[in-house]
Amino acid sequence: MPDILNTMIGPLVLADWLSWFCIVTGSFFAIVGALGIVRLPDVFSRMHGAGIIDTLGIMMILTGLMFQADEAIVVIKLALILLFIFFTSPTTTFALARAAIHGGVTPGPTAEEMAESQKAKASAKDNKNKEAASSNT
Amino acid sequence: MTVTMFSVASIAVLVAMALSMIRALVGPTVFDRILAVNVTGTLTVVLIAVYGFLDGRPDFLDIGLLYALINFIGTIAVSKYVKFRDLGHPMDGPDEGDV
Repeated sequence: MPDILNTMIGPLVLADWLSWFCIVTGSFFAIVGALGIVRLPDVFSRMHGAGIIDTLGIMMILTGLMFQADEAIVVIKLALILLFIFFTSPTTTFALARAAIHGGVTPGPTAEEMAESQKAKASAKDNKNKEAASSNT
Repeated sequence: MTVTMFSVASIAVLVAMALSMIRALVGPTVFDRILAVNVTGTLTVVLIAVYGFLDGRPDFLDIGLLYALINFIGTIAVSKYVKFRDLGHPMDGPDEGDV
């Protein structure tokens, strides 16, 4: 570990502060991405959540681990994992998106959802008109 | 102090894995399941790495690297299988035959 990372700042050394920052940020984005996978409406938007996990989530956590490594080989192995995920994550997303389009999934809302949302809009408009009419009388 | 740090990371990763497993279970299409399983696998790589640090044995990183490789190959293979119904012989078509 370089000497500068061993300087004390407050109760912790600099490396620990950097580790804490990276790991907390990474954990936050991992959970946010997982929430996106659960909550977003279709496959293509869920891939966005997977992308958040693969880039910010995992990369920040692994970078945080790097600051805790004692030997150079550990840092190299972590960097290899990072590099590998950096290249494979977009490739996987691309292959999956192509397979999904080939498999008949279309991006955007389906026809039924469109009709439903239009119906909801129309009823909201009706309610507004009724309110306006009642307030006029 | 470092133990707390690694615990925070592993708990967050476990929560994220649980959430993506929900998506893998409810679907609704097969592509949602593939995506969720892929994300779970990627999170497993981090979990293995964090566990190695928690245990004081960073040799676990080798296993994590291997897991990342296999996870990638697996996802590509399943995507290709779902798309072509075959792993070896792509169907005829203008833009098919690759990933």
